[in-house]
Amino acid sequence: MAQKMNSIRNKVAIVGVGESDIGKVPTMSGLGLNAQAARRALDDSGLELSEIDGVLTAYSFTEPYFMLGSVICEYLGIKPRYTASMVVGGSSPAVMLKHAAEAIAAGHCNTVLICAGENRATGQSRDQAVAALMAVGHPYFEKPYGPSIPAFYAMIARRHMELFGTTEEQMACVSVTTRQHALLHPNAHMKKPITLEDVMGSKPIADPLKILDCCLLSDAGGAFIVTSAERAKDLRSKPAYLAGIGEYHTHEHLICAPSLTEFGASESGKIAYQMAGLAPSDIDVAQLYDCFSIVPIIELEELGFCKKGEGGSFYQEGHARIGGRLPVNTHGGMLSHAHAGAAGGLFGIVEAVRQLRGGLGARQVEGAEIALVHNEGGVLSSHCTLILTKDKQ
Amino acid sequence: MDSELPIPVVNPDSQVYWDSANQERLMIRQCKACKEFHFMPRYLCPACWSTELEWIQATGLGEVHSFTIVRRAPMKEFDHLVPYVIALIELNEGPRMMANILGPDALETRIGDQVKVCFEARGPEAKVPQFVRHLANKGTN
Repeated sequence: MAQKMNSIRNKVAIVGVGESDIGKVPTMSGLGLNAQAARRALDDSGLELSEIDGVLTAYSFTEPYFMLGSVICEYLGIKPRYTASMVVGGSSPAVMLKHAAEAIAAGHCNTVLICAGENRATGQSRDQAVAALMAVGHPYFEKPYGPSIPAFYAMIARRHMELFGTTEEQMACVSVTTRQHALLHPNAHMKKPITLEDVMGSKPIADPLKILDCCLLSDAGGAFIVTSAERAKDLRSKPAYLAGIGEYHTHEHLICAPSLTEFGASESGKIAYQMAGLAPSDIDVAQLYDCFSIVPIIELEELGFCKKGEGGSFYQEGHARIGGRLPVNTHGGMLSHAHAGAAGGLFGIVEAVRQLRGGLGARQVEGAEIALVHNEGGVLSSHCTLILTKDKQ
Repeated sequence: MDSELPIPVVNPDSQVYWDSANQERLMIRQCKACKEFHFMPRYLCPACWSTELEWIQATGLGEVHSFTIVRRAPMKEFDHLVPYVIALIELNEGPRMMANILGPDALETRIGDQVKVCFEARGPEAKVPQFVRHLANKGTN
């Protein structure tokens, strides 16, 4: 089993990354944002358009086309021999990378464009956005009780507080740290600094979560291009090699979650570390899914960066800052850089590639050679962890 | 109680569950083969895939596994109830389910509270299981 999985280790690289304009972009459609990000990723890669023979995308709440993979290809004028729309929530981008790697390694295609995003800020009203996101909740056994997405994560946060003594201040530290990073990113949605007091005093949404514990609703598209390690050698862009990747899925709805404190991230992480032959202590920078401030706290623990229950103090003590022991979400995450459907987690992959390439100025993690990205979807339901490296390990 | 709130959607998996709720009985599934209880009703046992399942009337007693107080409702129908409590209840039989905690002391809900099922009317013909606190955790009551 392990040997089989190793068949994709170091076989592919990400050679192009792109972000659309981010924030409130009323002049662009959701598909337009995807196309802009894709165009920028292609320009970044140095590949010819004709080399893209695979396209993967996820889903869109604001433009809910049937067969979104085919729709994106049609919009982009691409006739691929490999396409699909994959819906595993926020973990879709990492899972798409895994599928692309498998397809390339198996020889089904050579170069795959992966893109996602939607116009969540201006393509719908805020009420519509909140109501549409209820699709995550169980229609028959959860929805009758009026839960919101923040309410699901709030119950996870509350349990973490009860069992491990995690505090609201520690969660607020996640939001503040992440915002500090976003201020160093030229394309981040949020441009103003926030303090611990700002977060603690922000509007309550679902106790203990306040509005500044919650991710953004942005107009944003993201894209990256995956090709064989062989092809990557001759390109002008610096490749980021896929050293390890693993996924694990335990449930969709919170009522069916096996635990509120132990999730599939530990398993997806183990698979990724094992494939890469690396350990948590080898990771220089991590981009963790942060739809709510409690989530990166849990992921730090699940992925072995600290002990169970110590994720909150990890942030509070500054270890997640740029310059800290393990800088986390150096682009500003979904809390402050952008969140627009599956693009949210995709930007973590974009940022990991950029960190490995280097030259990001104040945002640069010094000597970053190995980056970890974790995407999760649903209510900590679907997990995918990946490890990218500057050089083949 | 409130005709505006969502009315349960019944399908072939859940017909017995909701019919029983209308008669103020909380039913859960038990596998005859492996004896596992599960909450969300389905065609087969999620533990062993046996299709020999039966409906068991739950005691209706459980414990608050976690909860939140919703301050901003996701749907307009719930606006007038804000702030309201949503909890994951661990039934004495084992499985977890979601419900609101009702009653005058609902906002004092804590993890570990012992709760008991009650039934709330939704529209003229339907009822949904809900819970009230009957033994508060840590002497808050």
